[in-house]
Amino acid sequence: MVDSQQLREYVPVLILAAVAIAFAFGTLALSVVVGKWANRSRRTGHSTRVKDIAYECGMIPVGDGSSRLSVKFYLVAMLFILFDIEVVFLYPWAVVYKSMLVDHANLIFGSMLTFLGILFVGYIYALKKRAFEWKS
Amino acid sequence: MIIGEFFRGLFLMIWRVATDQPEAKADLLAVFPPSARPVISAVLTVSPIIGIFATLFALTTLLERKGLGRIQNRLGPNRVGPFGILQPVADGLKMLTKEDIIPRSADALVHFLAPVVLAVPTILAFAVLPYGRNLVPVDMDAGILFFFAVGASTELAIFMAGWSSRNKYSLLGAMRAIAQMISYEIPLIISSVSVIMIAGSLSPVEIIAQQGRYLAGGFVPHWFVLTPWGLAGFIMFLIASLAESNRSPFDIPEAESELIAGHLTEYSGFKYALFFMAEYFGMFAVSGLAVTLFLGGWHAPFEFLEIVPSYVWFFAKLMGLVCLFIWVRGTVPRLRVDQLLNFAWKFMLPLSLLNLVVAAVWHFTAAWEFPGAGLGRWLLGAVMIGVPYVWLGRALSGSKKITQRTYRFAD
Amino acid sequence: MFMETAIDTPESKYEILPKTLSNGEMDGELLEVAMGPQHPSTHGVFRMDVVLDGEKVVKLKPVFGYLHRNHEKIAENTTYLASMPYTDRLDYLCSMTNNWAYALSVEKLAGLQPPERAEYIRIITGELTRLVNHTCLVGFLLQDMGALGTPLMYAFREREMILDLFESLSGSRMMCNYMRFGGCRVDLPAGWLEQAKRAVDSYSGFLDEFEKLLTENEILVARTQGIGVLPPDLAVNASITGPMLRASGVNYDIRKVDKYGIYDRFEFRVPLGDHGDVYDRYMIRLLEMRESVKILNQALRDIPAGPIVDPKAKLRGFRPKVGEAYGRIEGPKGELGFYLISDGTPNPYRYRVRPPSLINLTVLEDMCLGQDVADVVIILGSVDIVLGEVDR
Repeated sequence: MVDSQQLREYVPVLILAAVAIAFAFGTLALSVVVGKWANRSRRTGHSTRVKDIAYECGMIPVGDGSSRLSVKFYLVAMLFILFDIEVVFLYPWAVVYKSMLVDHANLIFGSMLTFLGILFVGYIYALKKRAFEWKS
Repeated sequence: MIIGEFFRGLFLMIWRVATDQPEAKADLLAVFPPSARPVISAVLTVSPIIGIFATLFALTTLLERKGLGRIQNRLGPNRVGPFGILQPVADGLKMLTKEDIIPRSADALVHFLAPVVLAVPTILAFAVLPYGRNLVPVDMDAGILFFFAVGASTELAIFMAGWSSRNKYSLLGAMRAIAQMISYEIPLIISSVSVIMIAGSLSPVEIIAQQGRYLAGGFVPHWFVLTPWGLAGFIMFLIASLAESNRSPFDIPEAESELIAGHLTEYSGFKYALFFMAEYFGMFAVSGLAVTLFLGGWHAPFEFLEIVPSYVWFFAKLMGLVCLFIWVRGTVPRLRVDQLLNFAWKFMLPLSLLNLVVAAVWHFTAAWEFPGAGLGRWLLGAVMIGVPYVWLGRALSGSKKITQRTYRFAD
Repeated sequence: MFMETAIDTPESKYEILPKTLSNGEMDGELLEVAMGPQHPSTHGVFRMDVVLDGEKVVKLKPVFGYLHRNHEKIAENTTYLASMPYTDRLDYLCSMTNNWAYALSVEKLAGLQPPERAEYIRIITGELTRLVNHTCLVGFLLQDMGALGTPLMYAFREREMILDLFESLSGSRMMCNYMRFGGCRVDLPAGWLEQAKRAVDSYSGFLDEFEKLLTENEILVARTQGIGVLPPDLAVNASITGPMLRASGVNYDIRKVDKYGIYDRFEFRVPLGDHGDVYDRYMIRLLEMRESVKILNQALRDIPAGPIVDPKAKLRGFRPKVGEAYGRIEGPKGELGFYLISDGTPNPYRYRVRPPSLINLTVLEDMCLGQDVADVVIILGSVDIVLGEVDR
C-alpha cells in the first residue's frame, strides 16, 4: 500500500509534534512549580488591578488595545497570498524541470518562461498601481 | 539479560552515530518487540533533536552575548562560572522563577497559547533536515515543502501574541511582524525553488546528495552556492531568513527603541523564555535549511576532509551562519517599516524571480559543448543576475532621494 | 487606593479625537499611545502622547516635568557659590559648560575678570565637554536607530578619556563643580596638558573612523535624510539654538556672536546645514567636533602660565552689588544662559536658567507630524535633550 507507506513517514513527525507540545507545556508547568518553590518565602504572584493593566510606558492606556487597523496591512496580506500561490504553482514545475529537460527541453523552458513572464506582468501591474507603496 | 542487551544497543547506537555508520538504531531496536519498534524508533530519532538544539540555544545565547560584547568593545557576561560560561544556566533559572503576569484586559487563553504555538512548529521544522550522512530524522520526499509549511505557522503565533495582549505596542509590533514576515517569505521560498529545480527533488537528502561531488581534484566542492544563481540565491535566502527570524537589521517587530518589545511586551517569565527560545530555534532551522540548500549540507569543503564525521560539518556550517547573524546584529542599524517592505517587494521579489530564470538558463545551457562553454555559462548567469541587481539597487536608492551632501562653513 | 480609583477613569488626553482621520473605510482607527515615561528611548523620564494613524503620527504632545527638582527656587535660597554644584546636575553630560555659563553671569554681576590662564582652561574644558556631549549624542542617536549599542560603546570609549581628564582635574568625572567666580577652582595638575593633548590628537582619528563606518552607511542615510525637517524660519521663531539651529542653515553661534571669554583669539569655523533634517543635525555635530578639536589644539598650544583666579574674587561673604545680569554661552546643546538679579544679599533675588534642551524641544511636534513612530524616536534623539536640564 502506497498510502500507508507514505503515511508511515509522518509517524516520527507526529511523535516529534507530541514531544514538542509536551516540551512546551512541560516547561511552562515546570516554571510554575519552580517559581512557587523559589519564591515561597516572598509575597509574589498577587495580582493587583494596577499591576495587571497593559503596559504602556507607565501610563494608563486610553482606548482599546486592539482597534481596527489600516487597510494597508490587508493589502500586504493579499499580495502575499497572490505570490505565495504562484510559488506553489512553481513547485511541481521545479521538481520535474530537470527530468523533462532531457526530452522536452524547449517545452519546459518555454512554458516556465511564459509563466514567469505572466507573473512579471502581474508584478509590474501591482507596482504601477502603487500596491507596494507602504506610505500612502 | 534484556537490560544488558539494551545498554549494548544503546552504546552501539551512540558509537555508530558518532562514527557516521548507517543503521545506528538496529541493535537497540532488536531489544523491543516488533510491534513497538516504529514508535520506539521515532522516539529515538526525535528526542535528541530537542536536546541538541536546546543545548545549542543555550550556547548560542552565550556566544551572542559574548560576541556582541566583543564587537561592542565590552567583555560580555563573565560573572557566572569561568568566563561566564554558566550564564545560560543562570538565565534559565531566572526565567523559571519569574512571575508570570497576564494583563487584565488580555485574552488569557490565546495569550497563553501563543508561545506554545510558536515553539512547536519551529521544533517540527528540525525533523526534515539531514544532520549527517546517516542522520536524517525523517527522510521525507517533500521535506522542503514540509519545512516551509510548518515555518509559515510561526506568523500565526506572533499575531496571537500581539492581538491577545491588548497592548498597543504589542499590536503595532505584531502587525509589523506579520507584514515583514509574509513579505520576506516569498523571496525565501522562491530562492529555494531555484535549488529544487536544479536538484529535481523536494527531498533535502537528495538535494545534499547532488552537492556531494568535488571538482578540481577534490578541492572545489560542488555546492550550489558556487554558481551564479546559487550565490545570488544564497544571499537572498540569508537576507530573507534574517527577516524571518526577526533579527537585526530586520528586528522592527521588536524594535526595542521604538515599541518597547513589540509583541513580547506583555510576556514575562517562562512564556517569554519560550518565545525567545523559539526565535533562536527558528534561526537554527532556517540556517540549517540554508546549509542544506546552498552549502552542501553535511559535506566537507574538501574531499580529503570527508573522513571527519559528517555531522561536524553540518553543525560547523550552521554555527558559521549563526555567527554571521550575530555579526550582522552587532553592525547594522535598523530599517524603517516602509523601507523594509519596499526592499522586500521592489528588490528581493523581482530579483529572486529573475534568479529562477537564471537557474533555469543555467541548466538549460548545461548541454553546451563548444570550447569555453563553462566560462560562458558562468558569465551569462552572472550578467543575468548582476545587471538587474545594480539597476534595481539604483532604482531603489533613487526613490529614497539619497544624496551626498556638502556643508557650508561660516567664519 | 488612590491608584485603584485612578484606573477607573482613564482620562482622555485630547478633548476631541475622531475615531478615524478621514471618514473613509480604508483607514484604521486612530491609536492614542503614550510613549514614555518608561520607554527605552525617551532619554529619561519624558513622555510623548502620540496619536497614530497606522504608523503615522497625527498628533504629538511632549509632556515633561517628571524630573523637576526646583532648581531655580533652591538657588534663590542659597548663596551664589552654593548653586555652582547644582548647575552640574542641569545637563549632567556637560557640567563644565553649565559651570561656565553660571560663572560668566555672576562675573558680569560682580564685575570680575578671570585671568588669562583661567580663560584658557575654561575654553579647553568647555570644548572637551562639547566633544563629550556630541560623541554621546551621536552614539545615542544610532542606538535609537537600532544599531544595538555598537556605536554607542565606541563613543563611550572616547568619552572615557575625556572623563578621565575631568577626574584628574576636578576630582569628579561628571559632576565637576570646577569653575569659580573669577576663575577656576584648582590649577591643572602636572602632566594634564600632555594627557589632554594625547586625547585630543587621538580624537580626530576616532572621528575619521566613526565617519567612515557610519556617515556613508546606506541604512543610516535612508533613515535620517528628509526626516524631521525643521525649516529655518520656524527654528528662529521658536528660538531654537545650538547645532539644531545651525543644521537648519542659520548662522548663529554665540562663540562668534558674543565672543565671550577669549573665543575671538581662536581660528574656527561654524558648520551650517541646508536641509534641517536629522542627517544634517547628525553631520553638524560631527563637523563641530572637528572644529572643537581645532580650538583645543590652539588652546593647548597657547595656554600661558599665571594665576587662575581673579584676586578680587572672594569666596566668603560674596555679595554682588544690586543689579541684574544675563550671561550666556554656546553650550553643546545651544544657548545656555543664566539670568540673575541681585539685591545685595548673599543669595540671588532671582535665578533663572535658559535651558537649551527645553526650548529646542518645543518644536518636537512640528518636526514629527506626518512621520512614522520609528522616526519620532530618532527625531527626539537628534534634538539632543537631557532631562535634567529640561525639567530642572
